[in-house]
Amino acid sequence: MGNLDINIGKLKKNAFRYSKVRGETASRIRIPGGVIDAASLGKVVEIAEKYGNGVIDITNRQGIEIPGIKLTDMDAVNKEIQGIIEALEINQKEPGMGYPSSGTRNIQACPGARLCPFGCYDTTAFAQKMEKLVFPNDRHVKIAFTGCSNDCAKVRMADFGIIGMTEPQYDPNRCVGCEQCINFCRRRSVGALSLVNGKVVRDTAKCIGCGVCVAYCPTRAWTRSKEHYFRLVLLGRTGKRNPRLAEDFIKWCDEESILKIVKNSYAYIEEYIDPNAVEHKEHIGYIVDRTGFEEFFKYIMEGVELPEKAEVSKRLYWGGNHYDHY
Amino acid sequence: MGYVLSNDGFEQVVQALSDKYRLFAPVRKKGMGRFTDIDVIMYDEVNHADEIELAQKSDYSFKEFLTPLSETLFYFTESQCREAELPDKPVLIFLRSCDMHAVRRLDQIYLDNGPEKDWFYLRRRNLVKFALIGCTESFENCFCASMGANKTEDGYEFSVELSDDGVRCDVAEASLEKLFQANALRPETFSPAFVTENKVKVEIPKKVPASILKDPLWDEYTTRCINCGRCNFVCPTCTCYTMQDVFYTDNGKVGERRRVGGSCMVDGYTNVAGGGQYRRTNGERMRFKVLHKIVDYRKRFGYDMCVGCGRCDDVCPEYISYTNIIKKVFDASADENKEVSDK
Repeated sequence: MGNLDINIGKLKKNAFRYSKVRGETASRIRIPGGVIDAASLGKVVEIAEKYGNGVIDITNRQGIEIPGIKLTDMDAVNKEIQGIIEALEINQKEPGMGYPSSGTRNIQACPGARLCPFGCYDTTAFAQKMEKLVFPNDRHVKIAFTGCSNDCAKVRMADFGIIGMTEPQYDPNRCVGCEQCINFCRRRSVGALSLVNGKVVRDTAKCIGCGVCVAYCPTRAWTRSKEHYFRLVLLGRTGKRNPRLAEDFIKWCDEESILKIVKNSYAYIEEYIDPNAVEHKEHIGYIVDRTGFEEFFKYIMEGVELPEKAEVSKRLYWGGNHYDHY
Repeated sequence: MGYVLSNDGFEQVVQALSDKYRLFAPVRKKGMGRFTDIDVIMYDEVNHADEIELAQKSDYSFKEFLTPLSETLFYFTESQCREAELPDKPVLIFLRSCDMHAVRRLDQIYLDNGPEKDWFYLRRRNLVKFALIGCTESFENCFCASMGANKTEDGYEFSVELSDDGVRCDVAEASLEKLFQANALRPETFSPAFVTENKVKVEIPKKVPASILKDPLWDEYTTRCINCGRCNFVCPTCTCYTMQDVFYTDNGKVGERRRVGGSCMVDGYTNVAGGGQYRRTNGERMRFKVLHKIVDYRKRFGYDMCVGCGRCDDVCPEYISYTNIIKKVFDASADENKEVSDK
């Protein structure tokens, strides 16, 4: 047996980690939406015990890393994880060869309407649908879904943050004026409701569509809209140079438009990414800083037909510290 | 006379009935529950058989027709007032046995609790006839058998319950016989299904000691209950209301008087002039509500107010069980009832 001769670029693209421990790697399991079936998790345990060091890392982006794997075992591990890849329905080029790329990061989601009383849509299902559309793609893109404006998934730190909304529907004939919606909107949300002549008036400009009024209404005077709406926020990021929160792009957006917008962004990256970027990796936000938002807007809105209700911000300005100049 | 009808046959019956009556029935409202993509079953006007939810208990009760959550009673100008209009088409309400028993409670309070009848209730009540939905099974939290509300033998035009062929109906009103006969698969003799036993059973104490008012059992509800009043709004026997006199903003001399549903659990119910509030804590409110249902009402009218539909337990967001409170009151009244039986 010869000395180790590993193509590190290929290793990274195959979703293995370049480890500080010489001769070792970690296998990164992709879990769109953060939901994995128990049998697959069992398989992860098995691999960690057989090839790893008996430890499993839960990653920051709701994935799993199995550390302590010998670089020489990568092919064997790729065969072992095939069942997990299939169970989670991850797009793949060649069975038995592991993940075909790693640039587009695991798509995050809070539990959303599967479990949470405040979730305005099935975040997991949307995350899985998005995964189908964008993976495999090796461009460095972060996408995250959260069920409501609480943003437990911290989507404002992702390139594309999707926040669930519902448009509260009011039936004055069922309203007894108990004011619980008004009080809870004030205490738990933005204070968009007021009582006028015994009935509730909603300030539509102020309302963020969180659904707190619906949750606290004792009579079903407030109900959820049939349509699920979303607030799409753009280009938040962490990192060394200019960490910043995402800014609001579209309020009352629909699912189809979001899928198109995210998909379109890859063409923009191909066109404008710095050809000399380190490891061919550059966050979209920094590309947009260079080209200007208007050019980005042109690309991502290609073929997008927004619902009438959608409110679009055509100029976006981000904040955050700029550590690269002072 | 009883009849078995196919779903199509029942649809024909419902359509014919809707010519004569406004039909109010439990309807499954898709996605209109508290949480995302969760349904709720509420009363609404229907025109077709398949709109009627016959398989499940409704979350909100039929009382919303007789005592609407919000109803304009009359309009007023400077020196005159005019009663709000109400369509005079007769009304047929589909409801289960527990709710049929609740009608007596509503009538008691609005029509027979003092020298005057409540006119705005009466004018609605005079329009109403009932269709009984048979209960082929007991639902979660039901305790109708304990409250004697599980069975209804009269007071309905016809009954309806799901069967293998569609529905079966027991027609009590002679003038409807022809309609059912014409659309039936076959006649069948039966009485409307009712449950004889629920999983949940309660025993109402015959007497409660005066000390129950200060019993520490109420204290836990001061912290657990969030005084949202859902238990009251879904209850088919809660009759409290409050008034709103509203002056239209364009002309402050013109307006309307509205009657809206009240709740002894929500803030404001016991507020009085001068800033007083008789029942400040949620534990005190719970005590008032529970004792009203199983003690105070009986003292005045001779029978219990609660009919055991269990909707309060279904709806409580804090998982407070009213039936469990009754059990606690029963236990706390053990000595009192022992004396009663000794005498």
